[in-house]
Amino acid sequence: MARQTGESGRRALLIAPSVLVIGFFMLVPVFIMAAISFMERGSGGGVNWNSFTTEPYLQFLFERDLDDSLLLNTDYLQIFFRSIWLAVLTTLLTLAVGLPTALYMALQPERRRNLLIFLVTIPFWTNLLVRNYAWILLLRNNGLIDQVLIGLGLRSEPMGVLYSTFSIAVGLTYTFMPFMVLPVYASLEKMDWRLVEAAYDLGANRWRALRRVVLPLAMPGIAAGCILVFIPCLGAFVTPELLGGGKSLMIGNLIQSQFGAARNWPFGAALSMALLVSVLLAMMLYLWRYRRAPGGA
Amino acid sequence: MTDPAKNPLFRFPGLKPAAWFFFLFLYAPIVVLLALAFNDNQQATIWTGFSTRWFGIVLNNDDLVRAFKNSITVATTATLAATLIATLAALGMNRARFPGQDGINALISLPLIVPEIVTAVATLLFFIMLGFPLGLSTVILAHTVFCIPFAYLPIRARLEGMDPRLEEAAQDLYADRRRTFLRVVLPQLWPGIISGAMLAFIISLDDFVITYFVAGAGATTLPIYIFGMIRIGISPEVNAVSALMLAVSILFVAASWLVGRIRR
Repeated sequence: MARQTGESGRRALLIAPSVLVIGFFMLVPVFIMAAISFMERGSGGGVNWNSFTTEPYLQFLFERDLDDSLLLNTDYLQIFFRSIWLAVLTTLLTLAVGLPTALYMALQPERRRNLLIFLVTIPFWTNLLVRNYAWILLLRNNGLIDQVLIGLGLRSEPMGVLYSTFSIAVGLTYTFMPFMVLPVYASLEKMDWRLVEAAYDLGANRWRALRRVVLPLAMPGIAAGCILVFIPCLGAFVTPELLGGGKSLMIGNLIQSQFGAARNWPFGAALSMALLVSVLLAMMLYLWRYRRAPGGA
Repeated sequence: MTDPAKNPLFRFPGLKPAAWFFFLFLYAPIVVLLALAFNDNQQATIWTGFSTRWFGIVLNNDDLVRAFKNSITVATTATLAATLIATLAALGMNRARFPGQDGINALISLPLIVPEIVTAVATLLFFIMLGFPLGLSTVILAHTVFCIPFAYLPIRARLEGMDPRLEEAAQDLYADRRRTFLRVVLPQLWPGIISGAMLAFIISLDDFVITYFVAGAGATTLPIYIFGMIRIGISPEVNAVSALMLAVSILFVAASWLVGRIRR
């Protein structure tokens, strides 16, 4: 018995630092943020600590008229929906390109497979700002894509696509592509190809074998890829900031502006809470469907 | 079983073009960026000749060098702290079944789940509320927190793959707990610890969003400085800095590849 208490005491000591550090510097701040989202904005731009109000959440949908009545304001709602739409679009685009690529990789000889994985991981480790900057060089007016298109005589004038929702979608797809390919590949790599042979023996054609055998077996990887793309996409800040040029905002930019120019911390906190809750819902949906225990290694 | 790579039954039409498109899409911007870093022209996207002069100009920019030093200080400190904390946690969680374990696992992976911008806002408000002055120390603290799960996952994976019988054998041979750890567990665990630390280091070095929120005026890191440069506009200097950062990333992936080979 004594040995067992010693054992669990030792474990507790080992685990304590991580729990304390993440608990104190991450969980506590999230609770403070939640509290601030229910406070009044201070006169100097900070927070009135001794107040309680649901105003920051109301501000999301309404604005106050001069006579204090609430008017529906869909500006913020539009930004929220644009973020969701862009996150869904990016997930679908990365899946459309990532699934066949992952299947192609899984069907290569082992040496080439390792090389291809290496090639997928390099951009993954490259600084996010650098990757987005490269797209500014390509997409801007008289940038490289324009130069090529005009040089080939396909267009006579610049396309003017930088600083639009389109360029954000391109940037996000580029940024998160490896996040889709890697998990899908991981699920296909372990695949028992004899099952596909069995499908052929039972009279299935290529398409049917792909749809009824390969795809279901790749499903855990596809689901993991979708969650790995969708979640960071929803809260993206850098890509819309650099490629959207302040014209086409996402939630991330709206949150940041509340701590910059607008100086409305409670509203910024409320927007962050809305983003956090959306992400946790997506995560729970995924865990409920594909895994029993959360966070298991 | 026949090798699926050689079996004509597993040749699905359309896969090859898709993969080609993917790698072209992935590498075209990187190749363009690297090429333009060696462009002589003042205009960042008009090619007039080969030159390495922009690298010289960038490396003599004092502000940029200072930002780079800040980045290295932050990444080194945060990596050491996070890796130590993560190693202890991985050892504590290894081969255990106890109540609350799932909760602790979820807590450790919390920084991976919460969107960066939310972490940034929450951490900023927390430091303001405590009256903690923003600066390098707040950046280091914030980085340590989000680096813990990145360091933890490879170490934990390595531990899971270790044979428990080796430890039992050491104890049968009268090694005490300390000796077993130092002579049996730690030598096997090193590759996991190193890849965890490398992952934490690169994540910290690259972080922009959280640093942007919790850095004070004097605590400019390299990504913050580059962001400022890009905001002003594209320029040959940014091309050169970007190419340098790209080179660092490639070196890092190559190094982690080598560590990965030791693992096997």
